Amino acid sequence: MSDHEYTPKSKFGKWFNDRLPLLTLASHLTDYPTPKNLNYWWTFGGILTFCLITQIVTGLVLAMHYIAHADMAFDSVEHIMRNVNYGWLIRYIHANGASMFFLAVYIHIFRSLFYGSYKSPREIIWIIGIIIYLLMMAAAFLGYVLPWGQMSFWGATVITNLFSAIPLVGEGIVTWLWGGYSVDNPTLTRFFTLHYLIPFLILGLVVLHIWALHVPGNNNPVGIDIKKPSKDTVPFHPYIVIKDGFALLMFMIVFAFFVFYTPNILGHADNYIEANPLVTPAHIVPEWYLLPFYAILRSVPDKLLGVVAMLSAILILAALPWLDTSKIRSAVFRPLYRQFYWILVADVLILGYVGAMPAEGLYLLVARVATAYYFLHFLVVLPILGYKEKTLPVPLSITEPVLGGSPNLALAKNKENFKD
Amino acid sequence: MSEKKTKRRDFLFTATYAVGAVGAGAVVWPMIDQMNPDASVKALASTEVDISSMDPGKTITVLWRGKPVFIRRRTQQEIAEAKAVNLKDLKHPEKDEDRAKNPEWLVMLGVCTHLGCVPLDQKGDYNGWFCPCHGSHYDISGRIRKGPAPTNMEIPEYKFVNTNTIKIG
Amino acid sequence: MKNFLRIFLITSLVFGISVKSNSAEKIEYLTTDWSFKGLFGKFDRGALQRGYQVYTEVCSSCHSMKYLSYRNLAEKGGPEFSIAEAKAIAASFEVTDGPNDDGEMFTRPGKLSDKFVMPYDNIKAAQAANGGAYPPDMSVLVKARGGGVDYIYSLLQGYEDPPVGMSLDDGVYYNKYMYGNKIKMANQLSDGLVEYGDGTTASVEQMSKDVTTFLMWAAEPHLESRHQMGFKAIVYLIILTILVYFSMKKIWSRVESEV
Repeated sequence: MSDHEYTPKSKFGKWFNDRLPLLTLASHLTDYPTPKNLNYWWTFGGILTFCLITQIVTGLVLAMHYIAHADMAFDSVEHIMRNVNYGWLIRYIHANGASMFFLAVYIHIFRSLFYGSYKSPREIIWIIGIIIYLLMMAAAFLGYVLPWGQMSFWGATVITNLFSAIPLVGEGIVTWLWGGYSVDNPTLTRFFTLHYLIPFLILGLVVLHIWALHVPGNNNPVGIDIKKPSKDTVPFHPYIVIKDGFALLMFMIVFAFFVFYTPNILGHADNYIEANPLVTPAHIVPEWYLLPFYAILRSVPDKLLGVVAMLSAILILAALPWLDTSKIRSAVFRPLYRQFYWILVADVLILGYVGAMPAEGLYLLVARVATAYYFLHFLVVLPILGYKEKTLPVPLSITEPVLGGSPNLALAKNKENFKD
Repeated sequence: MSEKKTKRRDFLFTATYAVGAVGAGAVVWPMIDQMNPDASVKALASTEVDISSMDPGKTITVLWRGKPVFIRRRTQQEIAEAKAVNLKDLKHPEKDEDRAKNPEWLVMLGVCTHLGCVPLDQKGDYNGWFCPCHGSHYDISGRIRKGPAPTNMEIPEYKFVNTNTIKIG
Repeated sequence: MKNFLRIFLITSLVFGISVKSNSAEKIEYLTTDWSFKGLFGKFDRGALQRGYQVYTEVCSSCHSMKYLSYRNLAEKGGPEFSIAEAKAIAASFEVTDGPNDDGEMFTRPGKLSDKFVMPYDNIKAAQAANGGAYPPDMSVLVKARGGGVDYIYSLLQGYEDPPVGMSLDDGVYYNKYMYGNKIKMANQLSDGLVEYGDGTTASVEQMSKDVTTFLMWAAEPHLESRHQMGFKAIVYLIILTILVYFSMKKIWSRVESEV
């Protein structure tokens, strides 16, 4: 893990470090050699850490005032908004924070897709990331239920009913999830418990994610393995810290704009109507960050297959390191992949758009084509592309120019192999 | 690097740290202040109590800001007893006149000043109140006479709205 | 910096789509010069006080506002009645309290800490009195409707004769801004319906504007402090961002690489 031994200078430091090597850890984190050519797309890891901590802190505070009871949840949220000191601020940060979290995670994921960060030897980092993403979706869904508005209630009803698609045991599972015969108070209290639990699971996985990252080190825009430490790297502190800090501040400006000036624009008006089991809102729409998957769900006419398609759309990502057969990581040197990458980005944006529209007519047709393409990209395009694509010459190191007439990564690998 | 340049760089870093620290402080405050009493709690500051049916020698306990308030209509004998106490014998010297504006009515926060238990009525060595938690004895004016409590029981702000009603707070 | 442009482009694209999708219905609502919009938006005190009058004299016979208390009327950023005025307003309502020592409920004049008195005891009673339609609680109504203030403002002025060929049941009215155009609330406002204390002419338009402003405040009572704090927060963040940017340039100048 660490490529150098650290000895504390003070006597006490040494005594302490021999028993619990916290100082060695701190030294590893600050000196951690990072590729110096990381661009701003790489700052979203730090931004996501900020998002997670913000959600946990504001969430803890909200939990001090929120009442997880079907008769009081809506009232307690209004109490937070009106009476609790700075309650409105804390709730708006938490609610918009969820959206900002997803915005950042999508950029983070698509950065990884562009630069091939999921490829060997970083498959485990990638898979842990996918699990974090799944847990984030669960946490966001559970959290959206807690204000007990109309969208909370009907969102919970629709999503839990997905499980009824499972043959034989489906109905039993749904009743078990609800703790009754409909979404009601028992459902709300257990959703609150789980919503409280999941962020801490995510926190644990984030530690593993970073640990796994620090074994091979960061990928970089050029996508080649680099020697560490070398003139290709800079210590994490202060170089990357200040750069991440700068990007984080830019991100916070956008965040602050949403919180202070348009705090409800990303939410849905119906969620300010208290839950009513007798009336379903005209349009049930999930939060924007779940729309692409919602579109995939609705594009399949069969109940069970729709659920399967939606889950597969996420789980297929876990197999990505093996579906992508190309040895070159960065799309910078893969002209064809680059085209397909942007088509995928457009495809997901289109899925998100039609996910918000009624599932009929042209929208449904577009959703079906986009869904088909989504799977086509991962299952057909990527495996074939690895064999057929003519890639550009890859440089040997970040600082050295491309060797003339040597598009061969193997050569680069032989010269600059892992030395540590 | 010239000395001037170094200085400018140091100033830049110091300024960045300082501005950053101010922001961090500003963010922490709402997270702390949210635990203070909220606007609805602060608004519930007063309670009105009907005392028309109380006979001398009777105590009632009412809830005010989540705490018990003792209201006792004292007998003439009790009033005399409370007034007769020598201030020098008291751990926390206060005249009875200062504690009961209208000597017939003692209105006091029923919370032991030691660690917050509710003292028992008509108990203890001084015919007043006795706290069962750690054995503090209060007299008929609610003054601490014996035991660990440091001060007399607190008198809340109150006034007689009319002869039958006391408004606390 | 090129990367930033790209980040912002994609961000705005994604949000553009989601925002568009949230306003799926395409009805042109009436609008007016809302004083509370914009970076420094504040409520017009006069409009809030007049709006409260319209609410009390017109709406409150059917619509509750269960999350508001009389104390709110005197709070900063609201209608800002004086404490004495708010106390007088509260005292003009009969509030049910109790049980007393005999176990019975009793009524007394309202206090600042009391919630707004509700017109009906429960939703069933409200439905029974209004032909089956529950007049929604108005505390957060503005936030609970897609079009927000413009929608409420339009709805109040949107009563018209139904188009030829449309038949309406008893107790159902035509409103061009209502979803489905059928509404169970009759037209409530008419010119001169209330008499404003400050001499403002009580036209339907004026009353709609005032009461909608009042409802906006009711739904978002901390809007003014939110705007003020937001401006300070964003200015602060920009200053810190600039400082960090130059610090970053300084630090990175030690290695020959562009940031």
